[in-house]
Amino acid sequence: MPTNPKSDLPQGTLDLLILKVVALRPLHGYAITQRLQQVSRDVVQVQQGSLYPALHRLENRGLLTAEWRDTETGREAKFYRLTRKGRAQLQSETASWERLTEAVTLVLKLREEGAK
Amino acid sequence: MNWFQRLMRREEMDHQLDKELRFHIDQRTSELIERGSPPEAAYRQALIEFGGVEAAKEKCRDARGTGWLEDFLRDLRYALRSMRKRPGFAAVALITLALGTGATTLMFSLVNGVLLKPLPYAEPNRLLQLQEKTEKATQYGNLWAFTNPNYLDLKQELRTLDLIALTFDGGTVSAAGQSEYVDGYEISHDALSILGVSPIRGRSFSAADDHVGAAPIAVISYALWQRLFSGAENIIGQQITFDGRGYSVIGVAPPGFHFEGNSGLLGIGPDILLPLGQDASPVMQRRDRHILQVWAHMRPGVTLSQARAELDAIGHRLAQEYPASNEGRTFIADPLQPDVDGVRSTLWLLLGAVALVLLIACVNVASLLLARAISRGRELAIRVALGAGPGRIIRQCLTESSVLAVGGGILGIAIAVLGLRPFLALWPGGLPRVDQVQIDWRVLLFTLGVSLFCGFLFGLAPVARIPLGRLEQSLRSGGRTVIGTSRLLHSGFVVSEIAFTVVLLVSAGVLGRTLLRLASLDPGVNTRNVLVARMAISPTTLKNPASTRAAWDQILSNIRSVPGVRAAAAVDTVPMREGNNQIAYWTTPTPPPQDQLPLVLANSVTPDYLKVMGIPLRRGRFISEHDQLKTEGVVVIDDVLAQKAFPGEEPIGKPIWIDLGKNPMTVVGVVGHVRQFGLAGDDDAKVRAQLYYPFAQVPDKFVRRWSELMSVAVRTSVKPASILPSIREAVRGSSGDQVIYLVRTLDQLARNSIAPERFLLVLFGIFAGLALLLASVGVYGVLSYLTNQRISELAVRIALGSSASGVIRLILKESFQMVALGIAIGAAGAWAADRVLMRMVEGAQPGGPLTFALMITVLAASALLASFVPARRASRVDPLTALRSE
Repeated sequence: MPTNPKSDLPQGTLDLLILKVVALRPLHGYAITQRLQQVSRDVVQVQQGSLYPALHRLENRGLLTAEWRDTETGREAKFYRLTRKGRAQLQSETASWERLTEAVTLVLKLREEGAK
Repeated sequence: MNWFQRLMRREEMDHQLDKELRFHIDQRTSELIERGSPPEAAYRQALIEFGGVEAAKEKCRDARGTGWLEDFLRDLRYALRSMRKRPGFAAVALITLALGTGATTLMFSLVNGVLLKPLPYAEPNRLLQLQEKTEKATQYGNLWAFTNPNYLDLKQELRTLDLIALTFDGGTVSAAGQSEYVDGYEISHDALSILGVSPIRGRSFSAADDHVGAAPIAVISYALWQRLFSGAENIIGQQITFDGRGYSVIGVAPPGFHFEGNSGLLGIGPDILLPLGQDASPVMQRRDRHILQVWAHMRPGVTLSQARAELDAIGHRLAQEYPASNEGRTFIADPLQPDVDGVRSTLWLLLGAVALVLLIACVNVASLLLARAISRGRELAIRVALGAGPGRIIRQCLTESSVLAVGGGILGIAIAVLGLRPFLALWPGGLPRVDQVQIDWRVLLFTLGVSLFCGFLFGLAPVARIPLGRLEQSLRSGGRTVIGTSRLLHSGFVVSEIAFTVVLLVSAGVLGRTLLRLASLDPGVNTRNVLVARMAISPTTLKNPASTRAAWDQILSNIRSVPGVRAAAAVDTVPMREGNNQIAYWTTPTPPPQDQLPLVLANSVTPDYLKVMGIPLRRGRFISEHDQLKTEGVVVIDDVLAQKAFPGEEPIGKPIWIDLGKNPMTVVGVVGHVRQFGLAGDDDAKVRAQLYYPFAQVPDKFVRRWSELMSVAVRTSVKPASILPSIREAVRGSSGDQVIYLVRTLDQLARNSIAPERFLLVLFGIFAGLALLLASVGVYGVLSYLTNQRISELAVRIALGSSASGVIRLILKESFQMVALGIAIGAAGAWAADRVLMRMVEGAQPGGPLTFALMITVLAASALLASFVPARRASRVDPLTALRSE
């Protein structure tokens, strides 16, 4: 059995996940991939190469800000941090995501009931 | 970081991106090594997990949002590079465009400054022009200047408007030992502040200055400050004398300050400003003397209709209160507009003409670009094959053409900047509002817009030729034989160029014909060696009519004694100069009703006038020394009045009544008609009939007023300019304060009277010449190109036995078809332009078939000449070489 039944991420979901992961503390790109895989129990498998365009896009839109800092190993890495605008965006996106999933769940349940 | 910074720091950002991605891969690699992978395999694994590094970089760059700009910059560099590679092409295109946009920019800066710019006052769109209006119209119309009492009543009562009043009169000003004749303006004390104009030195008037008996003070113009005081800093408090009274200077108006549309007697605007309220003359109290020009500023929040309603209400009240003067009289208000009616049509006409030249220039560049695009067909096809989208290619073509256009535009602006002042100096009679003409941001914006529009226009031509659909065909042929639609497009260029040129050439022809006709007209006077000038007679002689008359006699006899003078006379209105005196006349003892009275141009003259002017005497006699106040009133009439007032009768001895003097007067002579309104204007003038009456018979009560307006006319036996100093000296008078001003020769006046037409002709001539040149070059270019395209066909023809002349005929026939079509279309346009010129140019004559034929022949000849060169070249083609190169 393939160890990772990868699920395709719906449009815009990657942005939301990045914002959420970075919200806790500043992280560099590599750490963000790691965290994403950890917390999603490897369900969300982000193609590593596509993470960076997303990060740069979010930085451009002012949702993230970045600075170069030393890591524990003493190398310079680019750390991303949530801006105030990013935090607001995260809240509103989380809310709308919750509304959406709720609605989708409802619809799915309806179908089951209808089938009965 | 905004997008501009991101763009400018592209390299640094690329570097950081590299570093960021390298970190990621290194991190992953070391993690894998820790887990036991050999370093080589770990690195490869890390790369595989990451996916394409270069692709990720590209996407990151796109995420910066500056991709379009980077593309644009790349296109820009590419365009500049390809221009450098073909400097000849670039130079021809740039020069063509620079000429077109330069001329257009120059004309637009005139249109902008003269017609479009708002008036140079604060809140110009809240300024109004007020007039009195009567229910019944007299022969002078039904609009009147204001009387002072009406103005004062309005000023006091109006709640919607702040009023400004002004009136002007000429006078001699002297200060610091110099004197000259200038215009003095009496203005309401708050006029300057309402207009938002503050003096550059000293202060303006205040309400305290604005009453009879206040200390006499004046604000002087910047120009007068420079002329009389050389701009001395201690000007405030200096004494000047104006019209015999002393004033102390309290301020200097800013340079160029004037009341729009009111240039005074001398045409240069106010040199001295005085408080209106200090004027103690009796006319200021009279409700029947219309002497004031009134402007108004709408108070905040007030609309024009509210202001009109209030004016109307007060007007009705005053009409009841003062029926004798104000019955049927109301006050009207209209937005204050620049007075530029005289040049509006000329300016638009010229802008239209340069627009045509610019269009021709665009067509030329378009055909150049098209030819190049076709020879670049293979390159474009390869790029499409490599994955460039059509949008991308179109953008690149348009970038290239815009670079050309904007480059041409910048050169054009340079031409306009250099040419503007010399051009304005050539403008006949001076352009109104000329001080407003500058290359300002509006002009620059216009030029940029026009340039980009042109760039778009001629950029589309090659775009139409992008081999999108027939990639493979285009690649195989090397872009050499895909010429089907481009032939049509190219012919279209030639046709339109020819058509535009026909319009310009015929217009120039029409103007040339008009000018020839006007110049050959007889002005009715002998213009050689005649000097005319206005005369400022000493205020001391104006005390009583007898001393005034004596002063005039003295002046004329002093002038006669100057060596080189053959005759001298005084006259109130000089032919072909501004100003005329229209009065009503009738020929039966009971006059017809007021509004049906015919008008005549009346001239008050001294006996030598006929001799000075060289006007032919047809019958009877002219005014003589014997016609005095005590003798019978006499007039001399011209052909036109004789024809109008006494058709088919003998006018000599007939009585005639005029609005002045001792009635009835007797007609004692008939003289030739004089073109009072100039060579061009006289035929279209409403009132042409003329009448002369003796200055000696002007009633005493009018002598003072007349004397303030009279000019002297002097016939000389030598060049007038050579004895002008002696004449100036001769008229100076015993008190030394008499001067002549506005000195002109009749020759000058005659020439000036057709100067606008001459100016238009010169410009249209230049434009038409330019158009002809551009069109010839265009025809040559297009034909060379088209001939080149079919060189193998021609080679086959020659190989099959076609003669050289046969080939030439073939090419010329093709060219002739295009030119003929262009001429047919252009002739229709020219016919329309002809109508427009008829309406807009004074004295214009319809072109007529001769003008059309002549101009079209010129064009056809140069077009065929331009085609002959490529045709001849084609006829000498060596079939073997030509076919082998295919």
